[in-house]
Amino acid sequence: MEPVFAILVGIFFAFAVYLLLSKFIVRMMLGVAILGNAVNLLIFTAGRLTREVPPVIGAGLDGPVTATANPLPQALILTAIVISFSFFSFLLVLSWRAIDALKTDNTDRMRLAEPADDPAPPAGY
Amino acid sequence: MTLLPLAAAPAGVDLAAAYRMAAPGLAEWLTILPVAWCLLAGAVLTAMRGATRLHPGLTVAALAVLVVMDAALLVHVATHGPVTMMMGRWLPPFGIAFTVDMLGALFALTAAVVALLVSIQALGEVDDGRRRYGFYPFLLLLMAGVSGAFLTGDLFNLYVWFEVLLIASFGLLVLGSEKTQIDGTVKYGFLNLVATTLFLIGVGLTYGALGTLNMADIAAKLAAEPLGVPAVTLAGLFLFAFAMKAAAFPVNFWLPAAYHTPNVAVSALFAGLLTKVGIYALIRVCVMLMPAATGELSLPLGLVALATMLVGSFGALAQDNLRRLFGYLVVAGIGAILAGVAIGGATGLAGAIVYAVHSMVVMAALYGVAALALAVAGSERLTTLAGLWTARPVLAALSLMLFLSAAGLPPFSGLWPKVMLIRAALEGGWWWLAAGLILMGLLTTLALGRVFLLAFWRPVADGAVAGGSATSVTPGRAVPLSLGVLGLMSALTLGFGLYPEPLIAAANEAAAGLLDPTAYRQSVFPPAMNGEGTP
Repeated sequence: MEPVFAILVGIFFAFAVYLLLSKFIVRMMLGVAILGNAVNLLIFTAGRLTREVPPVIGAGLDGPVTATANPLPQALILTAIVISFSFFSFLLVLSWRAIDALKTDNTDRMRLAEPADDPAPPAGY
Repeated sequence: MTLLPLAAAPAGVDLAAAYRMAAPGLAEWLTILPVAWCLLAGAVLTAMRGATRLHPGLTVAALAVLVVMDAALLVHVATHGPVTMMMGRWLPPFGIAFTVDMLGALFALTAAVVALLVSIQALGEVDDGRRRYGFYPFLLLLMAGVSGAFLTGDLFNLYVWFEVLLIASFGLLVLGSEKTQIDGTVKYGFLNLVATTLFLIGVGLTYGALGTLNMADIAAKLAAEPLGVPAVTLAGLFLFAFAMKAAAFPVNFWLPAAYHTPNVAVSALFAGLLTKVGIYALIRVCVMLMPAATGELSLPLGLVALATMLVGSFGALAQDNLRRLFGYLVVAGIGAILAGVAIGGATGLAGAIVYAVHSMVVMAALYGVAALALAVAGSERLTTLAGLWTARPVLAALSLMLFLSAAGLPPFSGLWPKVMLIRAALEGGWWWLAAGLILMGLLTTLALGRVFLLAFWRPVADGAVAGGSATSVTPGRAVPLSLGVLGLMSALTLGFGLYPEPLIAAANEAAAGLLDPTAYRQSVFPPAMNGEGTP
């Protein structure tokens, strides 16, 4: 199962990187969304894929009888999902404001902070 | 301190196999206290939205307490060695560990001092609108993230603190919502998000390869079988992610694009602290956890360091805006620190650590100079600034001290790390890095010398903005207060320039702890419980 997932993760990353290389903020946002999912799948796969045996210890037992699913990657992914969701929503609002205020979604034309005609410092006085 | 009762265990189950049975001591609480304190203070200030007039005073008080906490932690670590607290009382490597060694305590204390000074400087500069939108809560939450990153002993937890400080920094950066700020934040936001995601990929792959996220455990497992896992790949991934956070060439462009857009106090705080968190994580993860793999990558890292130093100092020479100029100097400093990491060994690492501590204070202070120039002359451009020397002699004297310190000239604190780094480079056969460090020093001196020449010495011409005569954008009491803070920062850099022994001794101890993390490991896995928690 792992090789299939590894290839899937690779495809996700390829799409995310391709979209992030775009000049247009909306495509970059899609890239960010796919990137977050790619990483979540990667952590899930790295934690080893097992059949769905919940890690619950039966009554009167000291430990689980069979091999169970590893709960740690799931906890990591849960944290990462919350964080990437909040970042995505912040960047979405920021992009909205940027397109609204700067009148462009092309990052090449966002030169307000670094104007192309910024003067060079005086050579002397 | 009494032990809380654990849930009644069924007969035959030995809780000591999973839990730490002894109650944590006072020093162990100290490892988590700075983070908990900042989170608490940030939450209280957020709840006090109706009383923003109280925010500045409370923030300064909270940060002063934070300095005391971090100082106590540093004293404890210096006398007793690394200290660990396990969250939820789980035995390591399960549960999250907070492990503080000399490196973490030194960086945390410096960061707290810089944050305190910057928050005092911000008093006159943060207007009511910014207060209402939460400048001070963001500041405290940023410090929670920074402190957590310096003090944690768990790789995934380090990622979480990175995100905490990143989301707080987004808030601070965009506060005010001017068009340039939105522009800068777009670039800062996307690139930093990609950097932390790369870090998370590294964390996931490390867990997949080693089955643990506890730093002491990772170090032990990698030392036991350095070739059993793709350690060089992992180290390369971490190096790239942290170099991007630290703004190293070729992924440095977000820093000069964003750091000059928010209000000056935020710029000062970011320049002092945020890139150094990236440097700290790079030293901690790459040097301490994966020394063999990082050693394999030292040549590319050295080339990156050289390129970063040159790009930073040449970039500074080409800037007209004071804060953009200082942004490039931050990048150049990162190059010098990376040079120390690439050279490695006790001297190189100690030089990198001293440089990082020096850079935290001096870079924040340089932005303080920009803030005062903006306040008294109404401009931060070299083309228009002039005559500050006659209008503001005290500011000019303090600025000259800070410029000389940033350029690495005696008798200021910038000299010693450079001496240590160049000595380490020559001893290790890295002659080209030594040449790069000297060239960077020359170019930095030129760039800052020109700032002094144009903004301070140049006589006021007709039509130029005269220092002191322009409309003051800040209230009257802000300027003396900011001058006082700048004086304190200059005194710090002069003090460590004249008497550097304590700092260098602390850095040497931190570097020794990184190269031989036995004490760090024993703090997490006490020798008495060997064979139980240690693999």
